[in-house]
Amino acid sequence: MKKILLWGGILLLFVVLGVGLYRSQQGQVGVGEPAPDFELQSFSGETYRLADLEGSVIVVNFWASWCESCKPEAKDLEAAYQYYLSRGDVIFLGVDYVDTEPEALAYLEEFEITYPNGPDLRTEISQAFRIRGVPETFVIDQNGKIAHLQIGPFQSLDHILSVIDPLLD
Amino acid sequence: MMKKNRILLSGIGLLAILLVLASPGFAQGSDPTDDEVNAIASQLYCPVCENIPLDACGTAACEQWRGIIRDQLAQGWTEDQIKDYFVAQYGDRVLAEPPRRGFNWLVYITPVVVLIGGVVLLWLGFSKWRQAAQERPQAAPTNTAQGSPEAQDEYIRKVEKELKQRSRSSQ
Repeated sequence: MKKILLWGGILLLFVVLGVGLYRSQQGQVGVGEPAPDFELQSFSGETYRLADLEGSVIVVNFWASWCESCKPEAKDLEAAYQYYLSRGDVIFLGVDYVDTEPEALAYLEEFEITYPNGPDLRTEISQAFRIRGVPETFVIDQNGKIAHLQIGPFQSLDHILSVIDPLLD
Repeated sequence: MMKKNRILLSGIGLLAILLVLASPGFAQGSDPTDDEVNAIASQLYCPVCENIPLDACGTAACEQWRGIIRDQLAQGWTEDQIKDYFVAQYGDRVLAEPPRRGFNWLVYITPVVVLIGGVVLLWLGFSKWRQAAQERPQAAPTNTAQGSPEAQDEYIRKVEKELKQRSRSSQ
């Protein structure tokens, strides 16, 4: 009985350590995988739920005001949003990762970003997508699956369009 | 003369008390010191850079967060309110000490369980050794009759023989 308890305890410890190690080693949610559902409350107060947006192409961009490499793509993302705005079937959502609100709002103003952006409260969205840093952008197709994963900034507006255009009819 | 002075002093005292009471923003209006900010920042961890307390972190992000703590202290927030705000914004992982709930209990329970398990194992081990030591004198006469246990041990004999040969060959 003592031996069973001892080995059971050791086994449990290894399982817990193993699960923790596995989770820490897992990369981002990959291309072809279903996008994890999330709810984003924007800085202006609207709530966006991924499940409600199915049928559209959704661009989820993780950024932060302290992130220098997020800045080069900021204007291109806004330009891409404006480019698809009249179609109505491409939705851009900005997720502000571990940031402070005044600086985040100043960033949005500086780069004249008008598409919905909101804080990643309790880092729940970034944990669901298992991001490794910012910027990272997930392009989700009409069926709710990850169609493209951009680690680091997009290089240009054309780069963004080249990812989204093939997903549209 | 004495009476006049007494009235004057009482008046000054009363005025001083009124001035203090008339400034409700006294504590809130004062700028928190770096030490006050760091006292709270040291209990929080940078959510971006791993394992670095907020008071020791040099990134722009941490600088912003310390600024938030400073603003909140200036507004009269308590330590718990500030910590709650950070947890609500960035999750439990910003806390130096994980809250005692759910899976976090493992952090507190595991060391105690391992310690108790270790003590139990040691106690069991010592008990066995003590028992063996108590039993050894009873078996000693038979051993003495046939020679020491070491002498009976074939393996030790071989090792000693090997060692002797090696020391000879090295000379």
